[in-house]
Amino acid sequence: MSTSVSVYVLRRVLSMLLMLLLLSLIVFLLFNVLPGDPARLTCGKACTPEIIEANRHRLGLDMPVIAQYWEFLKGLFVGRTYAANSPDPVQCSAPCLGYSFKRHAEVSQLIKDGLPCTMWLALGSFIIWMVVGIGLGVYTALRRGRWQDKSVLGVALIGYSLPSFFIGILAMFFIVIKWHLLPYPRYVPPTEDLSKFLQTMILPWIVLAILYAAFYIRLTRSQMLETLNEDYIRTARSKGLPDRTVIRKHALRAGLTPIVTSAGLDLAGLLGGAVFIEAIFSLPGIGSLALGSVTDSDLPVIVGVTLVAAVFVIVANLVVDVLYAVIDPRVRPS
Amino acid sequence: MSLTATDAPIGDDVDLTEKTVEVAGRSLWQITWGRLRRDRTAMLCVWIMGFFIVLAIFAPLINHLVGVDPYTPDSSAISDNAGQPYGPWAGASRQHPLGVEWGTGRDIFAQLVNGLRISLLIAFAATVAAVAIGTVVGIISGYLGGRTDAFIGRIIDVMLSFPSILLLLALIPVLDDRFSQIGLEGNAARVLAIILVLAVFGWPYLARIVRGQVLSLREREFVESAVAMGSSTTRILFKEILPNLWAPLLVYATNLLPGYIAAEAGLSFFGIGILPPETTFGSMLGNSLSYFLLEPSYLFIPGTVLAILVVAINLLGDSVRDALDPRAGRN
Repeated sequence: MSTSVSVYVLRRVLSMLLMLLLLSLIVFLLFNVLPGDPARLTCGKACTPEIIEANRHRLGLDMPVIAQYWEFLKGLFVGRTYAANSPDPVQCSAPCLGYSFKRHAEVSQLIKDGLPCTMWLALGSFIIWMVVGIGLGVYTALRRGRWQDKSVLGVALIGYSLPSFFIGILAMFFIVIKWHLLPYPRYVPPTEDLSKFLQTMILPWIVLAILYAAFYIRLTRSQMLETLNEDYIRTARSKGLPDRTVIRKHALRAGLTPIVTSAGLDLAGLLGGAVFIEAIFSLPGIGSLALGSVTDSDLPVIVGVTLVAAVFVIVANLVVDVLYAVIDPRVRPS
Repeated sequence: MSLTATDAPIGDDVDLTEKTVEVAGRSLWQITWGRLRRDRTAMLCVWIMGFFIVLAIFAPLINHLVGVDPYTPDSSAISDNAGQPYGPWAGASRQHPLGVEWGTGRDIFAQLVNGLRISLLIAFAATVAAVAIGTVVGIISGYLGGRTDAFIGRIIDVMLSFPSILLLLALIPVLDDRFSQIGLEGNAARVLAIILVLAVFGWPYLARIVRGQVLSLREREFVESAVAMGSSTTRILFKEILPNLWAPLLVYATNLLPGYIAAEAGLSFFGIGILPPETTFGSMLGNSLSYFLLEPSYLFIPGTVLAILVVAINLLGDSVRDALDPRAGRN
């Protein structure tokens, strides 16, 4: 790796750190200053004024805003202690994303518990949608204007338009409940019972993949159509290269850049939780955690999940950009 | 006539000179509309959308004319013990054209029309707001450049990294709490909160597109001449540059709209959107879950309408994009 790449990477990392700081400030302001009374949002429906006051003090919501933000930032790096001078202080170790007095657990622990399930969901559907999306994208581009192209694009448009939760309910309705093709979903880690894991995950994988594959078919197709018109494709063909090589090595390769960008960001976005799909298939991931904490009004968990999900996207952005700089010299700025 | 000069069959008795004059006089609007008019799918989608919009605007009147309303339970239409609608298709009859809801006997048609009104209100308002914010921020960022541009660029980067669905969920209780302090409660607060969050997290991407367009537009001669004539910056931004941006704005808006309809449905489906007694597509689908094995009508009717609406808008969006593309029609 040359020095110019290293300098570029260093600059990008620095700017990412700045963005993370800005992000933490925005998340903090959104959830601690925007609500009329953040303390009231920590304990949901069964709330009494006493609990609200207790939580206000325990979470430090009675301090000045600047001091609260400082505590929040400090907690991320060195951990913090809630209600330090009370008889039962609560220790929250670094990186402390907050503490849920409702669930009596550290938010980072709750997220850690949900992450494997969300990760399996994201990875599985990612593989399906990339294979199907790029495959059908190339196929439609090569059969452009014919009936195969039109019918794939038509189905893709419907897949792209329908809300994922609706496809999810339909899948549950027909495949699980009506035709009993699959057992009712109950998540187990793949290390515990692989076949049960696959039976649970296959539907959510497919439903989620339908949504994304539709987008990737369209993206790949338009990229392919653009590159297939280039002169170097004609050159490659006239050299007598077989069609397979021309398409794989020349056309698809050149059009891959935006596909890789989208793929990186979409995967990262999903790691922050696929809220609707996780809820419908009762998967205990980060999305379900977020939905649950919104319905029971558990503010610290909401803040933590939002922050973590956004960090995934920012880091993915960096990774994608750096990969580019390594692969494609044109991207490297001087 | 929407024939262009290139479409005219050469050699027939077509007066080419006259045609050329007509073509030269057509604005981008006219060319686009002409192309859309010839696109059968697009016209079908325009009709479908128009139909739904009319239905939404006149929802109370239509329900009144049909003789139904979305709130009143009709115990005569359902059985006493299980609350099952009498007759097939959720008890569809002359009195209840699409049948009634299981358990309460509320009319499905009325709920559908009423829900359409709320969904479209939210989606349109959020789209208009997001496009307005994105345009203004993008124009300012692109035209002023320098530090303002760099600062706005950073903000956009951060905004784009937020998971929008998650924030939509997360911010609704927060905004509810804030609104209740100023005395705004119930569905008015909910609708406003949903519109606000959708709009606030919908503009950044558009601002980036607009910024790019403005960067190239501001180097053009007509902007230079406006500067030379001493026009104020505001005038240049909004009278010279803005009118050149409507193509990307329109395409972006037709992309946002169906997404927003689906987002609202998702929220209401999980009980975080519209509050009862109002119902939208999402809450109808959500309510149907407990008995859809016995009575699928209540699931499939709102589901199908939602699907038709969203697919139609997306298809129209595609056609608009094709019609606006100067390279279209050459292939």
